[in-house]
Amino acid sequence: MARMKFLCDSERCIECNGCVTACKNENEVPWGVNRRRVVTLNDGVVGAEKSISVACMHCSDAPCMAVCPVDCFYRTDDGVVLHDKDLCIGCGYCFYACPFGAPQFPQAGAFGLRGKMDKCTFCSGGPEPDRSEAEFRKYGRNRLAEGKLPACAEMCSTKALLGGDGDVIADIYRERVLRRGRGADLWGWSSAYGVKPGAQPPVQQPAPATTGKS
Amino acid sequence: MRLALVLIAALALAACGEKEQVVVYKQGKYQGKPDNRSWDNDPLPAEYRGGSWTKGDRSSWEESIKKRQLSQNEYRRIYQ
Ligand code: SF4
Ligand code: SF4
Ligand code: SF4
Repeated sequence: MARMKFLCDSERCIECNGCVTACKNENEVPWGVNRRRVVTLNDGVVGAEKSISVACMHCSDAPCMAVCPVDCFYRTDDGVVLHDKDLCIGCGYCFYACPFGAPQFPQAGAFGLRGKMDKCTFCSGGPEPDRSEAEFRKYGRNRLAEGKLPACAEMCSTKALLGGDGDVIADIYRERVLRRGRGADLWGWSSAYGVKPGAQPPVQQPAPATTGKS
Repeated sequence: MRLALVLIAALALAACGEKEQVVVYKQGKYQGKPDNRSWDNDPLPAEYRGGSWTKGDRSSWEESIKKRQLSQNEYRRIYQ
């Protein structure tokens, strides 16, 4: 079973914001909502500046899903975390729960009115029929149902941002690190997915030896 | 005594192993929310450059999307 993930290579990202623009355009994301953002650390410090592109990481054990009071989230067979805007009440709990600040709320009205939550869908729409007008209006394009990958990853010119099955993109990244011989650390991976890429699975401790007579 | 040990061993091991992440899909619904699956759509006409798969066949969709994923590897794409 595929588990769709993103991986952003901080050694390669040039902070061009192509991924952000691709996402906004592809999904016609409303004003004030950014499903994807580029985060830069040590901005302007020569040799120490690093950028990564962040959106929803489609967590395997998603905190947003756990806290939603109306239980509007669901996970697909490909491991994509999606939500139903018809159920969402815009309470904002998921925003507080998410380690990446992925859930966003359109604030179009007066008095800080908060709309229904919007977040990255891994370009795979929502509960409406795939590739329908209704789905596009609420959730954006369903590229997975077109046999395509997320627009942001496909658009990234340096291929810093990879999208796809965790196993496949981890292999691509591993080969890249081996060729360049550095930069094996991935930001955000272990907090989103629980394990570092290439790390050995945790060794199960054998049951404590049972001494004593039986 | 043996029973007690078996019980202790069972309890001690109860927290081991990967957490269940089973996706519940029932008649067009994931965990109670309606949605259909990517492979239940027809592929796009060729000029739109989507994947090609057989409608309803999960493995052919997965194979086609995997091909697309592998094309993100420029070492394979350029040098081979
Ligand atoms: S398109 Fe690629 S290089 Fe540009 S900001 Fe996004 S991840 Fe970085
Ligand atoms: S990154 Fe945030 S919004 Fe996305 S699945 Fe994880 S907790 Fe939910
Ligand atoms: S997968 Fe799609 S919705 Fe998510 S950040 Fe990328 S372009 Fe935007």
